[in-house]
Amino acid sequence: MSLRIVKAGVLDSIQDRGRYGWQYLGINPAGTMDSFSASIANILVGNNPDEATIELHFPASIFLFERPALVAISGADFSATINGEPVPASHAFMVNKNSVLQFQEPTKGARAYLAVKGGFLADTWLGSVSTNLKAGMGGYQGRGLRKNDQVFFREDLKYSTILSQKEYMILPWKADLNWNSKTEYANELFIIPGHEWDWLINESKNNFLNTSLTITQQSDRMGYRLNNIPLRTLTNEEIVSSAVSFGTVQLLPGGRLIILMADHQTTGGYPRIAHIISAHLPGAAQMKTGDSIRFKMTDSKTAEGLLIKQQQHLLQLQSACKFRLEEYLNS
Amino acid sequence: MFPQKSYSIFSLGDAAITIDFGNIINEKINDYVLDLFHAFQQRPFSGMVDLIPAYSSLSIYYDPVKLRKSISHSETAFEYIKKEVVKFIEKFSWEKPLPAKVMKIPVCYDEYYATDLSRIAEIKNLEKQEIVHLHYGQTYRVYMIGFLPGFPYLGTLDEKIAMPRKPEPQMVKAGSVAIAGRQTGIYPLESPGGWHIIGKTPLKIFDANRESPSLLSAGDVVEFYPIDKNEFLNLSL
Repeated sequence: MSLRIVKAGVLDSIQDRGRYGWQYLGINPAGTMDSFSASIANILVGNNPDEATIELHFPASIFLFERPALVAISGADFSATINGEPVPASHAFMVNKNSVLQFQEPTKGARAYLAVKGGFLADTWLGSVSTNLKAGMGGYQGRGLRKNDQVFFREDLKYSTILSQKEYMILPWKADLNWNSKTEYANELFIIPGHEWDWLINESKNNFLNTSLTITQQSDRMGYRLNNIPLRTLTNEEIVSSAVSFGTVQLLPGGRLIILMADHQTTGGYPRIAHIISAHLPGAAQMKTGDSIRFKMTDSKTAEGLLIKQQQHLLQLQSACKFRLEEYLNS
Repeated sequence: MFPQKSYSIFSLGDAAITIDFGNIINEKINDYVLDLFHAFQQRPFSGMVDLIPAYSSLSIYYDPVKLRKSISHSETAFEYIKKEVVKFIEKFSWEKPLPAKVMKIPVCYDEYYATDLSRIAEIKNLEKQEIVHLHYGQTYRVYMIGFLPGFPYLGTLDEKIAMPRKPEPQMVKAGSVAIAGRQTGIYPLESPGGWHIIGKTPLKIFDANRESPSLLSAGDVVEFYPIDKNEFLNLSL
């Protein structure tokens, strides 16, 4: 009932939706960067959408299945192969024991999510299995996966006889990822104003909204640093530390902009210029160094509406997948 | 009876709201923040996800999708929460804060650990010993825990030794006692940090495996007392 790491990737960690309720002690929630894609991977294998997945960065680990499993990968496309043969993204597939899952090249996105039916057996800390790298807790011994680690599944696959002697089998339906029928520019992130938005002089507001910004190399699960653009504020008042959140865009001295991501600290003292809306955080999470982004101002109403739409899409997908999966496995 | 009339409420993204009592470090205001925090912690509303009390603000994280299912269609989750929070605050019976828990924390100010002490002495034109005396010669309030798991923001440091933050963060060892502006703090974990290091405590400020991982909570009172290197090593065992 396990997955063995044959070769370690750059940063692969077990993440669920995050550890909430402890930020008053400075314990950041961590959790998946792209919760939408993690939900899709879970839904494809018939899990609860919030179940823990392994979040992969490229180069990702090489995995050996020591038991048969029903698997799905969503999010970034790293050209997954089973025993050297490509498997399509957004499909569930069954793998036999002794199969090797490997990722060849990153063609789209920054983070992929690996789910297995039944979920992974992981360390729970304060109500969540998300890996908190800073505290060294949760997930797999509080750290990223290393060579020879053995991640156990929570349940044995009951349907492995379907595989018979085959090494793997791709299930014949594909998850529809398109939750928003209105097509938007992929690099356009909607924001709502932060509390210190009006600190920016008008010219700087225009500059912020009309400039294509680039994600620089100093970007990780904690945050993305953007290239400097000239931004001027009406005041240099010091702010006493207060809460920040996933998606907060902070303005640092000298016009440096930082987007706070899943491993952000709980509080900060820099001006909060804007907040990326929740429905666009999955898109932000799939961006990588060198990608350009544009911010587009919207309001709370639109932000909430889009999040509800995204959730509804997942719910529909969940019931469709559940139905097809039951039909397939019991036939 | 609401003692602090002026506050503002603003969104912190589309899934959190901040109740802000002004950009100020003040014990009374911090008392209100903590009082309100405890009230919400004890009686969470449906859809509430997390709470972050800070110096002069309380932020509430919520689940907008869950909330929108139970409120009227003409309202956003933000408008609804804002309205409910105002109602809650207006009705809230403010309590006298409980007597603070006093924590005595040993600090070794030996320059082996106090890597920035001589530089501060130079800049401030003070004897190193004067700086150390000024640091442990008073009590501090824990205004908030933030930045890192268990990192306490303590105030108010003597103005004579107030230093602006370092321009670039450097790696700081766990247990390091540091100062910045009118604040002092203790690094619970090894981390990059921009504060000036003036000592080190052998105590575990944060221990993930403890039932209460953070040694300190907002509202506590801290008293530092000096120890030498030998005592430090004995207490570290």
